[in-house]
Amino acid sequence: MGLRMSQNTQAETSPDQAAGAEILLRALKDQGVEVIFGYPGGAVLPIYDAIFAQNAIRHILVRHEQAAVHAAEGYARSTGKVGVVLVTSGPGATNAVTGLVDALMDSIPIVCLTGQVPTHLIGNDAFQEADTTGITRPATKHNYLVKRSEDLARMVHEAFYVARSGRPGPVVIDLPKDILINKAPYAAAPETPHRSYRPQVEPDAAQIAKAVAQLKSAKRPVIYTGGGVINAGPEASEALRALVRKSGFPCTSTLMGLGAYPAGDPLFLGMLGMHGTYEANLVMHGCDVMLNIGARFDDRVTGRLNAFSPGSKKIHVDIDPSSINKNVPVDIPVVGDAGRVIRAMLAAWDADTTEVDRPAIAAWWKQIDEWRGIDCLKFRQDMTKGAVIKPQHAVQRLYDITRELKAKTGRETFISTEVGQHQMWAAQYFGFDAPNRWLTSGGLGTMGYGLPAAMGVQIAHPDALCIDIAGEASILMNIQEMSTLAQYRLPVKVFILNNQYMGMVRQWQELLHGGRYSESYTAALPDFVKLAESFHGVGLRAKSVDELDDVIRAMIESDRPVIADICVDEKENCFPMIPSGAPHNEMILGPEHGTTLQQGGAKSLTDEGLVLV
Amino acid sequence: MATQDTRSATISVLVENEAGVLARVIGLFSGRGYNIDSLTVAAVDPVLNLSRINIVTSGTDMVIEQIKAQLDRLVPIHKVADLAKGGPYVARELALIKVVCKGADRVEALRLAEAFRARVIDATLESFVFEMTGNTDKLDAFIELMRGLGLAEVSRTGVAAIARGTTTI
Ligand SMILES: Cc1ncc(C[n+]2csc(CCOP(=O)(O)OP(=O)(O)O)c2C)c(N)n1
Ligand SMILES: [Mg+2]
Repeated sequence: MGLRMSQNTQAETSPDQAAGAEILLRALKDQGVEVIFGYPGGAVLPIYDAIFAQNAIRHILVRHEQAAVHAAEGYARSTGKVGVVLVTSGPGATNAVTGLVDALMDSIPIVCLTGQVPTHLIGNDAFQEADTTGITRPATKHNYLVKRSEDLARMVHEAFYVARSGRPGPVVIDLPKDILINKAPYAAAPETPHRSYRPQVEPDAAQIAKAVAQLKSAKRPVIYTGGGVINAGPEASEALRALVRKSGFPCTSTLMGLGAYPAGDPLFLGMLGMHGTYEANLVMHGCDVMLNIGARFDDRVTGRLNAFSPGSKKIHVDIDPSSINKNVPVDIPVVGDAGRVIRAMLAAWDADTTEVDRPAIAAWWKQIDEWRGIDCLKFRQDMTKGAVIKPQHAVQRLYDITRELKAKTGRETFISTEVGQHQMWAAQYFGFDAPNRWLTSGGLGTMGYGLPAAMGVQIAHPDALCIDIAGEASILMNIQEMSTLAQYRLPVKVFILNNQYMGMVRQWQELLHGGRYSESYTAALPDFVKLAESFHGVGLRAKSVDELDDVIRAMIESDRPVIADICVDEKENCFPMIPSGAPHNEMILGPEHGTTLQQGGAKSLTDEGLVLV
Repeated sequence: MATQDTRSATISVLVENEAGVLARVIGLFSGRGYNIDSLTVAAVDPVLNLSRINIVTSGTDMVIEQIKAQLDRLVPIHKVADLAKGGPYVARELALIKVVCKGADRVEALRLAEAFRARVIDATLESFVFEMTGNTDKLDAFIELMRGLGLAEVSRTGVAAIARGTTTI
């Protein structure tokens, strides 16, 4: 094993002493780490040497440190495990920062090991020195600088505990080179609770009882769930399904929560928020009791705060007490792990003998079905040969064909996205029936997330179909990872909805800036087919609707990395849309419903709305 | 229910005495746009390796609750207490106040210092350094009076605070 690497110098030390790099790897192994996404450099060479001498942990060599973090996020989000990253000092660490903030915003457990100049040089502007703990302090849940060898093992174990406990998040361990080389003692993960960080996971029984009583009194209820349910593990999604079905209440989800409740179920209203469905947003606006589980009343979801769900009693379940009463004052706060809370609610539901007001709920559903009846996501695809592909249709077909595949072969599909219109169309038209299958950069909205994230998923699920639904602008932000796919023979599929524009930017310019498309058109795009080929992958292109299905099938059937360049309608916009700063009941439905962006925008186009993002 | 009125709050925080912990707290306040009216920090328990940070801040009830929750989720923080919420408390601050003056102003400065129970800890023929302990309002009032009498420099510690009676953080 790697721990015996330097036998000669080990003779006089105790068996539990070894070079810091070896102690580090031993701690990682004890934490159950199987994969590290990384990129080498001078400051971390001792770790690379230790990696070389062992087989337990696999190292995936990415092509950019940002991608290492996104890949670890994909790995973490699709498995529920902590994702691990290894980068060198200085530029290695600064390149990782975007990924760290992304993981922080979306509550993804990551441990990122960064190299550092030796302790005696810290503060001297040494070569490739950066104040990594200073830079990453607001970019992480917590960070460590290991200054003494005897702290190394303890800090590594603690970092994993912090990353996965409570509300998960990224943790950085900054490792000066001398710490990696000098002998350090090993310590096992502590059995005792952490000195100061002990987040509450078990909910308060009285709050649960209050919440259930409130829910049972509802006439127009809604259950609104978020990424917290996904983070609480598949059992939490199971419990959620039981609660929704037991209550018969309508359920909606944030972008991050998709898959916790099956998209095809009649009790599911689709996603809510800025590009959510008409019915989900009107239900949020008109409900009398709202149960929020693991969502954070984000501005993409609430719209204008003082007009958000004005008449409702609000129950908010979150593992992070600072999420409660942050944006929206709530009536019944419940702190705890989403899964445990839902299970406690199920038990309390049965214990409370009050009957739900079934006639009122039936009337509520009647209203909801009317809203549903307008079919807010409808679009018109011209099916004649040579017709332009609508991006919605492309996602819809991708969904249908992957579902056929699942039915036939049982092969699972995982979808990641970049950021923009294609991301919203993916969320709207791809139905997710299980948690952990949907990976998108929600909080930070990081273009360049999708390809490395899909790569991380493929590493964790070698037999699954991993597709990045991309925009032609976003994909160029981490396109170098095609090279990683080739090296490790990862058959990730990149499905580009190529509209030649930074479509989401163009849409906002249409809405708010008089259609002046300043710098939102990408001239001189690469030939994505040749690009795929030059990276040892397969390039495919669909130029019209009649070519679409064949391209999708060829993409799925290929056992190699594929870029499918889907040329879609350049002018299509993403609807429904609640412009920033508008209330939920002022949705723009789009041309299929007789409102264009300009008409819809005019009403909400106040200066106040203009300053919002 | 929470009001929209701004109130002042004195928050005491017990933290692990380790590198970077003060930066985390200050970064939290600047990053999230909270006010810091006063901040003090010192090690208070060498055995348990704890420091205490006292922060005087202001905001609506919702903001102050948010500040406490945000502080509480920092990993090296052991305890967060909103002193006014826990009952009566005492808060004290120490100031060193240099006044440069001669003649009648000098007599007046000394007379006021006595009235405010400020101690003279340094004097020259044309200056005094007063040491004064009290609550923030009292210090402010005295410093304001010295302004007309040759106030030259002020050095203040910020507020240290503790609950009255047997209650502890
Ligand atoms: C790193 C980064 N830079 C800028 C943005 C702002 N932004 C949001 S969407 C978008 C356009 C994305 O274009 P594309 O990938 O083609 O997707 P489309 O909207 O056309 O589907 C931009 C520039 C961002 N989200 N992330
Ligand atoms: Mg585009």
